[in-house]
Amino acid sequence: MSEQIAVSVNGTRVTVAAGSSVAVAMMIAGASCRTSVSGEPRGPLCGIGICYECRAEVDGVAHRRSCQVACTTGMDIRTDG
Amino acid sequence: MVSARKQFDVLIVGGGPAGIAAAVSAAQSGKRVGIVDDNPALGGQIWRGETAQSNSEAAAWLAKLHAWDVEVCAGTRVFDQPVSGVLRAESGDGTYQIEYGKLILATGARERFLPFPGWTLQNVMGAGALQALVKSGLPVSGKRVAIAGTGPLLLAVAAYLKNDGAKVVAIYEQVSRTALAKFALKVAAQRGKLAQALWLRKELRDIPLITNAWPVAARGNGVVESVVLCRGGKHEEIACDYLACGFHLVPNTELAVLLGCRLQNGYVQVDDFQQTSQPNVFCAGEPTGIGGVELSLIEGQIAGLVAIGKEGEAQSLFSARRKMRSFAEALDRTFALRPELKSLASTGTIVCRCEDVKYGQMTQHRSWRAAKLHTRCGMGPCQGRVCGPATQFLLGWTPESVRPPIFPVALENLISETHEEKEHTFVM
Repeated sequence: MSEQIAVSVNGTRVTVAAGSSVAVAMMIAGASCRTSVSGEPRGPLCGIGICYECRAEVDGVAHRRSCQVACTTGMDIRTDG
Repeated sequence: MVSARKQFDVLIVGGGPAGIAAAVSAAQSGKRVGIVDDNPALGGQIWRGETAQSNSEAAAWLAKLHAWDVEVCAGTRVFDQPVSGVLRAESGDGTYQIEYGKLILATGARERFLPFPGWTLQNVMGAGALQALVKSGLPVSGKRVAIAGTGPLLLAVAAYLKNDGAKVVAIYEQVSRTALAKFALKVAAQRGKLAQALWLRKELRDIPLITNAWPVAARGNGVVESVVLCRGGKHEEIACDYLACGFHLVPNTELAVLLGCRLQNGYVQVDDFQQTSQPNVFCAGEPTGIGGVELSLIEGQIAGLVAIGKEGEAQSLFSARRKMRSFAEALDRTFALRPELKSLASTGTIVCRCEDVKYGQMTQHRSWRAAKLHTRCGMGPCQGRVCGPATQFLLGWTPESVRPPIFPVALENLISETHEEKEHTFVM
């Protein structure tokens, strides 16, 4: 995973290793994935697509489990955190 | 969005070691064999991201699989069985209606999480979770990682993270050193596991392994900065960038329960031939008992052989399975949770992270069902997969029936027969 690709997290350009998951891009960007119903910022918990804590909007599709989606060049990632 | 039909003589749900072994065994018959797996690539969690260099066993099994004509549907998850013999699944580009003759459930396991104050802070996550994220590109070089909880996974994760440049400050294991030593003897007696155990011991020689210790709180402002641990009756605080914390594993039994398969002690009940209580449905690997990769491979092979009518050949694997099952029993016994962990959550601690239901709200109810109805616990997108096993331990509640869809499905996919353009809405 040495090749780097650029994606956008909440409008900010972030560089990640090719093959990285969207969750990783958000963590590198320092963005929380979502805001919980009582207002807490949340990040990934299970890392394997079970817990839904890392869900985010990816290229206009809401509620993607970001740990299970690989980044592609120019991907538009939006969190509500 | 597409809505496609598929048909298999033998369908396997789950592409980890058990599913791969089942597919390889079943494919010899020349029958149509398929694997459906939620993850982007085969291998399950244990073999996630492995290459021929990093894991020769994984590479050998994947090579065997690719030598046969097995159709792999990755990134696809089963959410319903509308009629017997037909499953519905969702992938990134639409839905599948999958007919099967024989079905093998190899749905694996997940980490058990226990709530404690601060466990919802960012960078507090499962031990396997942090490893999975690192395998998915997360850089941890120079990061301070505290590892806590219970189970052999903690040691494997520590070694993995260390090799990736992380500074593992310590491993906190809730069981006693005596129990761990007994378990180590059991491991040493098992062929194949000894080499792995010796490798781990060498890798972990610089990392303190602290037994009889467990996390009582994580602290930080939005993101974890330190963890407070109970050690020998005293509390100590350790600074960290990540708290990797998991309490062994729980089986993924939701699909089995949806199909009507009987459970026994929380695991899917199977006979000697890996047959469940439902006709034509088999189960292999962690859902029948947490036993690790070797047991999963054997159970998968047995299930695959029986699914194509080769019971005789399957029987030759029974003695190997028996030995491995005694290891599974030792795992359950050794890493049983100590009662002190039941008091980790305070009344204000969130237990259900999807709906932010606090422990104090849940204890006002007598059952999982009553708590669900009054507080919405377990009714968010994870459908109780995180808080269910936690409340089972904390309050002795047993989650009730499973209903379709067993995962949140896009509304347009749920009603995909109509082929109408729908808003991408979340349905639970």
